[in-house]
Amino acid sequence: MEPKDKQNTVDLYFMEARAKLIDIAAFMDRVERDGYTEDFRYKAFKDALKALDSENRAQDVLMSFSDPTDELIPVATTKAACGAWPDKPQ
Amino acid sequence: MRYIEPHAHMVSRTTDDYVAMVTAGCKAVCEPAFWAGFDRSSANGFYDYFCQLTDYEPKRAAKFGLPHYCWLCINPKEAEDIKLADEVIALIPEFLKNDTVLGIGEIGLNKNSRNEMNVLEKHVNLAAENNQLILVHTPHLEDKRKGTKLIVDLIKSDSRIDPGRVLIDHVEEHTAKYVIDAGFWGGLTLYPESKCTSARAIDILENFGSERLWMNSACDWGVSVPLAVPYAALEMRRRGYDDDIIDRVFYRNPVEFLSQCPNFKLR
Repeated sequence: MEPKDKQNTVDLYFMEARAKLIDIAAFMDRVERDGYTEDFRYKAFKDALKALDSENRAQDVLMSFSDPTDELIPVATTKAACGAWPDKPQ
Repeated sequence: MRYIEPHAHMVSRTTDDYVAMVTAGCKAVCEPAFWAGFDRSSANGFYDYFCQLTDYEPKRAAKFGLPHYCWLCINPKEAEDIKLADEVIALIPEFLKNDTVLGIGEIGLNKNSRNEMNVLEKHVNLAAENNQLILVHTPHLEDKRKGTKLIVDLIKSDSRIDPGRVLIDHVEEHTAKYVIDAGFWGGLTLYPESKCTSARAIDILENFGSERLWMNSACDWGVSVPLAVPYAALEMRRRGYDDDIIDRVFYRNPVEFLSQCPNFKLR
């Protein structure tokens, strides 16, 4: 699917992406300043940044945070997801 | 513009939201059964909820000329209690006689547990036995890839189910292809932080095609946006898409899928 009147993608999204990138930088500064670098979610976050060097960045970032196993768990002990697979080898 | 909101939890929204949706061009709203934010204590709670979905909420929407349809199930977040799930599933056939029910949903998995899968299988069987459409919830965040694969593989293995009559919701970049390639419809959910932005949802359409995908807000009791669907249409317009393709994505696509249920009728 393509638009008939294709716009300049950088014109459309650069400022928004720039703002989000600065927010990510500030988030990392904040976590490191406050000493939470050993949190498994932050480690997963830093690991996911490596996917930015891939060709399918969005997909690869999502996969980096994902549980890669295929087996059902015995029982759900919580309802919420935390955003990163806790058992990922560090 | 005209659009369908194929997934909104209106029982959690205000009447003002109905006004805003109709003003923006909404022609029908579809409401899957879901988790209330707390566990219901008995099947009686679900009985009341199903009455709300099939009787009260359509009347509330009708005050603004908006057709309201629903899907019925016990949500996977409450599927760990098998006895409760069995009692709730036994209630559903009676409610399927209501002329605003679209099918069974949103069923699926949440944390990918054995009991969730057990209850999912029972829902799929209920749909097959009653020739119902199916709407599937896929897990959140780190659990989505695994859960989507488990769900797709389970439903594909049931020869009674036509994948073209199943919509697997909340697909993202890492799950859309698996769903579409298996013959299912996919739902792109425009929800803050945990799901898609408008821009990403349109990227997915551009990468995987727009033939069997729809967009929904899944607005509920959480931080969510009941006008997310028309906002995404605006985003498509900014990218240079014309009225015809916007109408196809936001109106004709959901109408095509939902019209497989004879109860779905637009004025």
